[in-house]
Amino acid sequence: MSPLSVIFRREFRSYFATPLAAVFLVVFLFMAGIFSFSMGGFYERGQADLRSFFQFVPWLFLFLAPAVSMRLWAEERRLGTIEILTTLPIPLWHAVVGKFLAAWCFSLVALALTAPLWITVSWLGDPDQGVIVAGYIASAMVAGIFLAIGGFVSALTKNQVIAFVVTVVACFLVLLSGFPLVLNFFRGWMAPGAVDAIASVSVLTHFNSLMRGVVEFRDVVYFVSGILSLMVATTFVIDWRKSV
Amino acid sequence: MKELISANNLHKSFGSLRAVNGVTLRVNAGEVVGFLGPNGAGKTTTMRMLTGFLDPSLGSVSLAGFVLVDNPIAARQAFGYLPEGAPAYPDMTVREYLQFIARARGIASAQIAARISDVAGRVHLRGVMDQVIETLSKGFKRRVGIAQAIIHDPPILIMDEPTDGLDPNQKHEVRELIRTMGSTKAIVLSTHILEEVEAVCTRAVVISAGRVVFDGTPAEFEAKAPASVTRNRMDYVFRQLTSVTAEVSQ
Repeated sequence: MSPLSVIFRREFRSYFATPLAAVFLVVFLFMAGIFSFSMGGFYERGQADLRSFFQFVPWLFLFLAPAVSMRLWAEERRLGTIEILTTLPIPLWHAVVGKFLAAWCFSLVALALTAPLWITVSWLGDPDQGVIVAGYIASAMVAGIFLAIGGFVSALTKNQVIAFVVTVVACFLVLLSGFPLVLNFFRGWMAPGAVDAIASVSVLTHFNSLMRGVVEFRDVVYFVSGILSLMVATTFVIDWRKSV
Repeated sequence: MKELISANNLHKSFGSLRAVNGVTLRVNAGEVVGFLGPNGAGKTTTMRMLTGFLDPSLGSVSLAGFVLVDNPIAARQAFGYLPEGAPAYPDMTVREYLQFIARARGIASAQIAARISDVAGRVHLRGVMDQVIETLSKGFKRRVGIAQAIIHDPPILIMDEPTDGLDPNQKHEVRELIRTMGSTKAIVLSTHILEEVEAVCTRAVVISAGRVVFDGTPAEFEAKAPASVTRNRMDYVFRQLTSVTAEVSQ
């Protein structure tokens, strides 16, 4: 077994060893239900699709992903187990990636538990299954990028509350960076090219583009490269903290 | 005897605080080094540099012939480490935790059960193997920490206060274990208890304000006290060594 999978297995099981998993899953499903049926206008739309669910997924993960990711490294530091973990004969990136994948798979479990929604709309009507699959891919990608941001922030502190709050703010900015709310703030004093660059990292833009049912290479590259660079940054931060 | 730990001129600063100021330590197989010093003298920081948890600001560490910064995986394979406070994942059972450490250390699956059973016997954990670590007493937690450090039978052991929080019987058992292992391994342990040095160590290294102020056998250490001191002679020497340097550094 590779060190990565050893770390992954321990981390993934640890979610279910505490009430965290139950609380997270119940809250996620409860909120998903409220959003899709009450706020999303599922009945009023009169269409058998999951748009009313998917459009709220980024906002759900905005609060729930940081709740999962805040413990990734901050808790290791508080418990002192980081001293054992980082002196085991395994490359650091195995621990970083293993922990991230465990958190990601956990959030995929939450997404998978919304399958009854899918089954229901398929039974009620004849939804475009490709669009629904794309919606789930988009949702998984958003969870991934938020958890990667959260893991990075968690590596910077041993205080989980700080990790949570900073991650929510960071995810919010990245989520909305394509919107006037954020862009107007930069527009006054930044070069137009830089503002365009900020606009292009907007999670919501890429999410919406995926959710339309068109899995474009550009959007997948955006999410995958974002996650990978955050993994590199997290590894770098943990290594850097050894020398300060 | 083979030199297993070689730390040269270690320095560590945290901002403007100089925690460790030029510590050199060489330990051969068969030596048990008692690392002594007042609180804040730099014992834990030095041990963290020996294991690579902290990078020294200056200086280098070689373990079992591997330079820690150049060949970290091979060097880490060569030691077992009990960090300060014996941390462990509270939500795992003792068995799950030791399995995790054994797998992460690359012990072959077929041998893991036997290794765990062996260390559980040596540090007397058999009765609590399926208990969650969170629910264990301080003494058991410490022994779990020792168990994970010796599960791969490493040539080097680095232990930060291995007997802290143990009752006198448990202390005795852990000291016996260290003494047994000390005949073949290079062991560094930090402690506040001077009798412990006499009981298990072949060598005492005293640090104060980040510097080594004594390095010799426990007998030599005790011999530094004048003949007029008849009781607690080691305490006397310890006070002399560590309070004098504290004044000098000011």
